[in-house]
Amino acid sequence: MTAAVETGQTTTIHGDRVSLLRVLGPAHVWALGVGIVLVGEFTGWNFSADKGGALAALIVCWVVGLLYTSVAMIDSEVTSTVAAAGGQYAQAKHIVGPLMAFNVALFLVFAYTMLEVSDAILLGDTIVAKAGVEGLTHNSFIAATIVVLAWLNYRGVLMTLNVNFVITAIAYVSIVILFFSVSPWTQGAVLKLNELVTPANALPYGWIGVIAAFQFGIWYYLGIEGTTQAAEEVRSPARSLPYGTMAGMITLLIAAAMTWYVCASLMPWEYLGITYYPLWDAGKLTGSPLLENLLFIATLLAALASANGCINDAARAWFSLGRDRYLPSWFSAVHPKYRTPYRSILFLLPIALAFAFIADLNQAITFSILSGVLQYTFMSINIMMFRKKWPLGSIRRGYTHPFHPLPAIVLFCLCMVTFFAIFLGFGSQLIAMTVFYFLISLWFHFYRYKFVRRGDQFSMPWPKPQGY
Amino acid sequence: MWMGLSYVCWAISAALAAWMLYDWFKVDTTYSEETLTSSREGELEAVSEKHRI
Repeated sequence: MTAAVETGQTTTIHGDRVSLLRVLGPAHVWALGVGIVLVGEFTGWNFSADKGGALAALIVCWVVGLLYTSVAMIDSEVTSTVAAAGGQYAQAKHIVGPLMAFNVALFLVFAYTMLEVSDAILLGDTIVAKAGVEGLTHNSFIAATIVVLAWLNYRGVLMTLNVNFVITAIAYVSIVILFFSVSPWTQGAVLKLNELVTPANALPYGWIGVIAAFQFGIWYYLGIEGTTQAAEEVRSPARSLPYGTMAGMITLLIAAAMTWYVCASLMPWEYLGITYYPLWDAGKLTGSPLLENLLFIATLLAALASANGCINDAARAWFSLGRDRYLPSWFSAVHPKYRTPYRSILFLLPIALAFAFIADLNQAITFSILSGVLQYTFMSINIMMFRKKWPLGSIRRGYTHPFHPLPAIVLFCLCMVTFFAIFLGFGSQLIAMTVFYFLISLWFHFYRYKFVRRGDQFSMPWPKPQGY
Repeated sequence: MWMGLSYVCWAISAALAAWMLYDWFKVDTTYSEETLTSSREGELEAVSEKHRI
């Protein structure tokens, strides 16, 4: 502080402390959640058609929608009570314990960083595909995506999520425009669903194909839980987080249904399951240059919005680990002017760049999905413990999800099905990742935890849990 | 045109990365480590939430 005064710099520091700024509203929460996810409609979900056919892609659209509705409801309840940066990490710390929290934070960082990498690769590949110029590689576009968005995140959360709101809205509206441009109420004019999806080819691999399709069905909604990372920066967490998250989930269910309907009505499942650009291809197949260009731009914007939200979320999870000394406290620095976790943003920047240059899209996507599903499995256990330790009425909740424990049970069962699906497609990666988390847990338990100030990490002013 | 855009992307990336590194250095040398890492979780909640139902 003194140094700042001496150098004549002005900053907004509350009291003696530099903390994250509370400047966000429900629209920003929506932009963060939907922004991260919407790219999944532009690429990713369609690989589920390759696993099980077009009908399997629709079945998983709804069933995985149920999984994520459970995620959104459970997350809204817990995070409206534990309103801290780190989201599920802070929840795990207070409800389950430090080792679980450490793992959850790593799930978050891996899921978002790998998703950011996938987004950047997608954006680079899309531009290269559009250009069709020999010798043009995606590297420069990947670098620009990651660095420019890191800079935006470095400069402040309000502008970051304002930008996300605008570009996510444009990408979303492009899906709506495509949907209404192909006369969805009339089959045969443009859409040919009854010819492309027939009883003979609807489920080419039977019901095991539907199970296998879960792996990529996750892409319809992957990342909606990222809204909770904004908990410490929203003006009214108890209201804004449930509202923004649930509105985001409704938005995505509509987008997913429209996307499947248009794409499955324009492309045979054999092609739909392997293309990297289902919506852009759908735009091309309508024969309208306007729609083709609109969907090309929307694909880029969706990838940008997703990478932008991922940088925001991964940095906050990493920052929270530093603040509790689960990692060196150096990472918990907040920029005195921009009020962002600037060291965490900068630390994760070269890691994302390195992965984006060396990893391939499928590997990056799989690591992201795996970390995401591990996190959802934790959430189903977390809510059971939360309700048991702090029953309704014992602490103030901004939102109480209905039908407990049904959503938790549904979530847990669907996570198990998804793990099986991932094992079918990427068994070695699943095992490698499990071994990684096991080893890093040993490191945390036997080495790192001794640096943690144990009393300081539990910050919520709650009564003692029941039974303690 | 696309090759030109590619070079522009490299240039923008390098410029912004350099700016962030400069700003990082400036902030770290201007403020004390105590001030920069003074953020605490749940501070505002601790003040506003009494949890009296």
